[in-house]
Amino acid sequence: MFVGFFYLLRQRGFGVSLNEWMTLMEGLLLGLHRSTLTGFYDLCRAVLVKSEADYDKFDAAFLEYFKDVPFPEELLPDELMDWLNHPKNALEEFRAFLREQGYAEKSIDEILKMFEERLKEQTEEHNGGSYWIGMGGYSNFGNAGHSPQGIRVGGESVYRRAFQVAGERKYRDFRRDNTLDIRQFQMAFRLLRQYSDRSLGDKTEFDVDGTIRDTCDNAGTLKVRWKRPRRNTVKVLMLMDSGGSMSYYSNLCSMLFQAARQSNHFKELHVYYFHNCVYSRVYTDPRMYREHGVSTEWLLKNFGSEYKVIFVGDALMDMYELMEKRYDYFAGSGSLSGMDWLKRFKEQYDHLIWLNPEEPPRYGGYWGQSYGHIARLIDMYPLSVDGLERGMKKLLARK
Amino acid sequence: MSASFRGTENYVASPELMGAVDIAVALQKPLLIKGEPGTGKTMLAQAVADALGKKLIIWNVKSTTKAQDGLYVYDVVQRLYDSQFGSAGVDDIAKYIKLGKLGEAFSADEQVVLLIDEVDKADLEFPNDLLWELDKMEFYIPETKETVKAKQRPIVIITSNAEKELPDAFLRRCIFHYIAFPTQEQMEKIIRVHFDHLDEALLAQAMQAFYYLRSIDSIEKKPSTSELVDWLRALELGGVDPARITREIPFAGVLLKKDKDITAMQRRMR
Repeated sequence: MFVGFFYLLRQRGFGVSLNEWMTLMEGLLLGLHRSTLTGFYDLCRAVLVKSEADYDKFDAAFLEYFKDVPFPEELLPDELMDWLNHPKNALEEFRAFLREQGYAEKSIDEILKMFEERLKEQTEEHNGGSYWIGMGGYSNFGNAGHSPQGIRVGGESVYRRAFQVAGERKYRDFRRDNTLDIRQFQMAFRLLRQYSDRSLGDKTEFDVDGTIRDTCDNAGTLKVRWKRPRRNTVKVLMLMDSGGSMSYYSNLCSMLFQAARQSNHFKELHVYYFHNCVYSRVYTDPRMYREHGVSTEWLLKNFGSEYKVIFVGDALMDMYELMEKRYDYFAGSGSLSGMDWLKRFKEQYDHLIWLNPEEPPRYGGYWGQSYGHIARLIDMYPLSVDGLERGMKKLLARK
Repeated sequence: MSASFRGTENYVASPELMGAVDIAVALQKPLLIKGEPGTGKTMLAQAVADALGKKLIIWNVKSTTKAQDGLYVYDVVQRLYDSQFGSAGVDDIAKYIKLGKLGEAFSADEQVVLLIDEVDKADLEFPNDLLWELDKMEFYIPETKETVKAKQRPIVIITSNAEKELPDAFLRRCIFHYIAFPTQEQMEKIIRVHFDHLDEALLAQAMQAFYYLRSIDSIEKKPSTSELVDWLRALELGGVDPARITREIPFAGVLLKKDKDITAMQRRMR
């Protein structure tokens, strides 16, 4: 029964499992869709969709699959239920009802014939299953050539109402591939954690193993031991591109920065700024005045390989800015090029990613060259909630 | 479906939310509720319990909570101490087994409503550790060789602030509902539940100001329902002239909790 919808959802990237689908079927058998399409929509969404981030995608898929299916109107279900449950005595009542609604005798006959056939289908195949199952059958039936007009009986179409809801797509803001607010960045940052009890702090946790060992050592007289609770040990070094082509993304970067700052679960977080690419100096302030500079050499010496490094930048620059040794203003000629510096970072840090607010440039473009060079060296992720999450997972993964 | 949930006197539920509760109850699956702070996630469980006339058991999850805490705790230390001082009943292990909230809900004679509040506060693995227990509604206590099995499957409501992603395996077993922020219409209903009689002009003006503030993008911490209620109370007590509300937004500190947001508002109001 509308198994196609199941496959469509899976195709659209929903991880709908068979179990959930069976739960939906169970719900339909219990009549939880209240015999209306709105109810059906609510039921589907409650059972199949597990994040508000997916509501919009679900709405779109629901619309795509069900928009051409003719559904009976809202007024009908009760009468229909009756009729389906006691076809014999309800048949006449239903005929009278349709007549009341101002239907021509001929079309009434046709409608009733349609329902009768559907009923047959239902008792045979589904053994008195719920109304919806019948509806499914009916909808096929309707598609098979009968005018859907036949069962429209006044009132606002439930079918349409569900689609109005779905069609408003009011959950669009929750889509994951959108860049969103600080909180969502924070959530992504939370993925970045590794627990250990080797940190400082008070011993507040009861240590069962230690207590047993010490009690045994103590010839059976109880000796209670405490240990330090586990803490996150992740240390983060963040390097952000500032100014130039990045000013367009300043809002986004400021959100990322604040999210990182507010994620106080990191053991350490250090933020430095650079322009275009990392050269011999980085800065403690985004304005990058001379007095804010620290040498990159110092940085590499002081932040050991245990740090997780996040570069943020668009990675778009002229090739000479990346490759030319003489470009470095401070160090002058004979020093390292931007690319060389990046390679040194790559050598020192096992956990290193690049977040990029810019879409990957189309292949072969002029600005795309530097992007490609950097992306080949350092794993690059888009600066969206989704990209950040993938990046965080990458930072945690052991090589 | 025995009784269906229609909200209560003190709790205004949207039709979608009522539907989700009914679905979860009928399918006997945990209902996972997400939503902005202040949209009444926690209150929902109380309202469901009240509406269906059932007892409510609340399990407040904290960052240190382990799944085991909800099942039972075997008080080894107490037993050790007791044994050293030769207290009576030391050989009776059952005496030192204390059921947690989940255990309590399972062993209740009548169906109860179990609220697992803020499940995302706990460690990432926490929900996974509860899969079997929530599925089968039973657990085994090896110390006493006893199985605690739910006599009546409790109605389980789980709230999450989305601070952490919940594992897929856990999500698959839940019915999910996201409480959207109430529309102005719903909000008026909610406000009326909190106030017996409120000056209509005051309410209308306050609502307008409130939704205006929420619509300002540069405000980071958007005011929520509970803040609106506090604010209305302040306006009422302060005897503020309704005409002033939208113009000046008096007592803005009740609505906005961050300096930055207040400055952002003032900049917009000018």
